[in-house]
Amino acid sequence: MPVQQILEWLENTPLAQAVAESPVLFPMIESIHVLAITFVVGSIAMVDLRLLDFTARDQKPSRIAADILPWTWGAFIVAVIAGSLMFISQAEKYFANSAFRAKFVLIALAGINMLVFQLITGRDIQKWPDGAKTPLRAKIAGGLSLTLWVGVVACGRWIGFTMFG
Amino acid sequence: MTSSLQHFVDWLAKTPVSQTIQKVGWIIPTVQTIHILAIAAVVGSMVLLDLRVLGIAARAQSLSSVSHRLLPWVWRALIVLLLSGLVMVTGEPGRSLVNTIFQVKMALVMLAAVLTFFLQRDLYAHAASDAASAGAKTIAAFSLALWVAIVFAGRWIAYGDTLFGAG
Repeated sequence: MPVQQILEWLENTPLAQAVAESPVLFPMIESIHVLAITFVVGSIAMVDLRLLDFTARDQKPSRIAADILPWTWGAFIVAVIAGSLMFISQAEKYFANSAFRAKFVLIALAGINMLVFQLITGRDIQKWPDGAKTPLRAKIAGGLSLTLWVGVVACGRWIGFTMFG
Repeated sequence: MTSSLQHFVDWLAKTPVSQTIQKVGWIIPTVQTIHILAIAAVVGSMVLLDLRVLGIAARAQSLSSVSHRLLPWVWRALIVLLLSGLVMVTGEPGRSLVNTIFQVKMALVMLAAVLTFFLQRDLYAHAASDAASAGAKTIAAFSLALWVAIVFAGRWIAYGDTLFGAG
């Protein structure tokens, strides 16, 4: 199976072996990953809570999103890099882990939810009247996003339990 | 003093509540997830507050509205962190209470809480100003560094054996 060969190849790279064998490197990379994801989840939660009309009602939702999301993306990239380094160190085992797979499904769903909102249901976000409640489609997007990201965090923790006992 | 802490740990580990937390499989992962979500609230709030204090982000929002919106979340999250932490410590006292990294983390948390208090006091007292004082900027930067260190320490509790040998 070509996938298995790719995974094996990844595991045998010097980088992957360095991460796998160092008692310090893996925990450091993991800590950076945790730090990055806490900002990703925390910052997305702020945007979602605004879409749900729970917080920051003195600011337009488009303002909240514009101020926060560029930083979210930056942290997300850091999380992906750190996650990739951890992944290659035990590529076959991670790939076969059901919590790991579930996590990626949930991240993909969160991404699709965001795209649908940005491109379709929330396209008119700039035109929402000041001070009015956010439309139902915004609340659905925000609520779905929060739920999915909580699931991602839970899966992430579950990976830790199932990979390392 | 160390041995009386060890005695307390040994006693706590045998209590019914501790045994329940250890044995019911979903408790510790669930509480850890809650703990991480609360950390997300703290890190998200403190990073954004610091970016605004330093004038780097969200400049269209007043410093006062940002600080008044975000700081309460830090305190709420701290309560959740302490409660979830209490469950974890009760369930695994040997892994935490006598672990040096855990003790360091607790000291850092107390320091971060004190700094957050002073930061809030400064920002709220100068709510009419849109520029943070040099003092506020310093506290903000330092407290953020502390929260980063706390996150690292939190993860490293699990690796205590790596640093100090199995014990």
